[in-house]
Amino acid sequence: MVTTRARHAGRPGPRRHTRRDLAVLGVLLGLPILLDLALIWGPTLASVGLSFTTWDGVGDIKGAGLDNYRNLFTDYPPFWPAVRHNLLWLAFLGLLAAPFGLLLAVLIDRGVRFSRFYQSTLYLPVVLSLAVVGFIAQLILSRDQGALNAVIGGKDPTDWLGDPGLNIWMVLLAACWRHTGYVMILYLAGLKSVDPGLKEAAALDGASERQAFFRVVLPTLRPVNVIVGVITVIESLRAFDIVYAVNKGRNGLELLSVLVTDNIIGEAGRIGFGSAIAVVLLLVSLGFIVTYLVQELRGEQQR
Amino acid sequence: MAQSPFSGSDAYGEVAGRRMSRRTLLRGAALGAGAVALPALLTACDSGPSGITMGSNASDAVPKKAFAAAFTAYEKKSKKTVKVNTVNHENFQENINRYLQGTPDDVFMWFAGNRMQYFARKGLLTDISDLWRDFGGFTEALKKQSTGRDGKQYLVPYYYYPWAVFHRKSVFRERGYEIPRTFDEYRALAKKMQKDGLVPFAFGDKDGWPAMGTFDYLNMRANGYDFHIALMSGRKSWNSPQVKQVFDLWRGLMPYHQKGANGRTWQEAAQTLAQKKAGMTVLGLPHPGQQFSAADRPDLDFFPFPEIDPVHGQDAVEAPIDGFLMSRKAKDEDGARDLLKFLATPEAENTYLKYDPNNIAVNSGADTATYTALQKKAVHLVAGARQISQFMDRDTRPDFASTVMIQAIQQFLNNPDDIDGLVNDIERQKKQIFAAG
Repeated sequence: MVTTRARHAGRPGPRRHTRRDLAVLGVLLGLPILLDLALIWGPTLASVGLSFTTWDGVGDIKGAGLDNYRNLFTDYPPFWPAVRHNLLWLAFLGLLAAPFGLLLAVLIDRGVRFSRFYQSTLYLPVVLSLAVVGFIAQLILSRDQGALNAVIGGKDPTDWLGDPGLNIWMVLLAACWRHTGYVMILYLAGLKSVDPGLKEAAALDGASERQAFFRVVLPTLRPVNVIVGVITVIESLRAFDIVYAVNKGRNGLELLSVLVTDNIIGEAGRIGFGSAIAVVLLLVSLGFIVTYLVQELRGEQQR
Repeated sequence: MAQSPFSGSDAYGEVAGRRMSRRTLLRGAALGAGAVALPALLTACDSGPSGITMGSNASDAVPKKAFAAAFTAYEKKSKKTVKVNTVNHENFQENINRYLQGTPDDVFMWFAGNRMQYFARKGLLTDISDLWRDFGGFTEALKKQSTGRDGKQYLVPYYYYPWAVFHRKSVFRERGYEIPRTFDEYRALAKKMQKDGLVPFAFGDKDGWPAMGTFDYLNMRANGYDFHIALMSGRKSWNSPQVKQVFDLWRGLMPYHQKGANGRTWQEAAQTLAQKKAGMTVLGLPHPGQQFSAADRPDLDFFPFPEIDPVHGQDAVEAPIDGFLMSRKAKDEDGARDLLKFLATPEAENTYLKYDPNNIAVNSGADTATYTALQKKAVHLVAGARQISQFMDRDTRPDFASTVMIQAIQQFLNNPDDIDGLVNDIERQKKQIFAAG
């Protein structure tokens, strides 16, 4: 601000930008906008458009009105379970994995013994792709050949991944295992940047350790909280690979992303129908992200 | 939006897309930069060193080697080159639509039946009726399975593998079990096995398709082949009494099936048969053998699925046929025709089966002297069949099989008691899908 004002004062003139400035600005702003339109808004709108048609990917595109949505909501058995599982995923990661990650971060930040070791061990699953996590889950949890049933023994082994009432919890556990490490690293980075003077001051004012944490440290971590919140929402709504690795996302592991894939990517070619599912997923994601961001930004202003 | 935000897009990015996108990317880069040297390089990579391109889904080690042997034999004979692009089996299937509309290879591997007819109807294949006039050694049934709805031939059949009830000879001998011919005998045998501490039917349906074999057989034995085809093509309804009866018969067998089928792969199921923990299993010819050690393999045997309604007896055999198709956009059409002509010969099939003895040649001129006892029996089984079905996911629309039937059968396995609700669900979805055209 100061410099521009100074420049204005020194060099009076109607034009604030030279032609070159404009060209540079145009390129620098225009390119990202074009890319954004072409790669994000284009496909999004195309998908919304396709969701009102039937198209098998080869022949003609025929309009279908709201049929896809009607069929989706009333006659597609995997749809509502998929919605439930996505919400369950969100609740599980948001209410369990994220707070647990924070707890671990605080513990490690306080310098427990071997903290370096814990830090890398807990972070390790984040480096693994969820597909690998799914594979590991199978090695441990498979009914006939898994490690867990081999340890437990018993005549009628539990079908951890095949029982549709049970497998979602097992998969959530595996997803949690990974998400906790992720959240922990984020908070750890945040905690390192908290000024120790703040904590000292709080302690001098007679705040208990608990009060110091919840009233002083956590509020200063606000930017990290926003990031963790957004990541948690994104992770739970786009969850895909782990269930796909376990059983292609069927039989109790339905997720919206899997249904989209099943209908569009596979040999199936129900592109209109699959797009309708994608649009539902888009709306759900937008709902969460927009609400969350608006709230966070508003909170920021009130501060 | 449809695909971009999901890591699922990785799954399909794997395939032909990898090769294609690199090419289009290069082409784009060349255009943009106006490079001089690149176009030459690109044309070289576009048409290849003047050879026939072959899209292969044979990604498993055994068939991959066997196909390579057959193509080498052709190269030696014709002095042409065959460039094989092998893609993971599942990915190949998932991407077939895009693959055929993009830049497909001249010839590619695919399946007979409705699954081939679908692409023929969409105009993505080249008619090879002229080649078929000179083909020898194919039965009328094979020709029918290679023919599109328009009456023209599109497929060169290569091999097939019948489905049956597999078991171990030694187990049957030691326990004095008899081969069941009727459904009642079948059920009685299962009961007896259970009493003897065996799992009567080894069973795994995690992949979604293996259980379709059992459904198809129950359906064809109870209602006949014609009903099967009518049901698969959407002309009969799924909530008809006939279909309910099929599920009901199956429910009666459920107590004898291995528990937790939805969490078990067919490989694991076949292993329980190999370990003599299970007595029988319904699978295709190549499946159980792969899970047996070489020493145990001669002990593997099968019998045809037992009779339910005497009117239909054991007439129909489920024997999926694999073969070759020529894409619409074949670049080297003459070469492709020449290669297909070779692949239809007994010689080509002999070369293949030498390396992959888990299938059977379709050409009656093929050499059966080297066949194992099991292969010979399979030939006999198919030769005696009145009708040959392909398999549920090949006889019906792919979208119906993969988005409705896999889920429906898995749901049935979880809860065999709500048959009415299940078949009504299927019928509603069937109507939508078949109405979509």
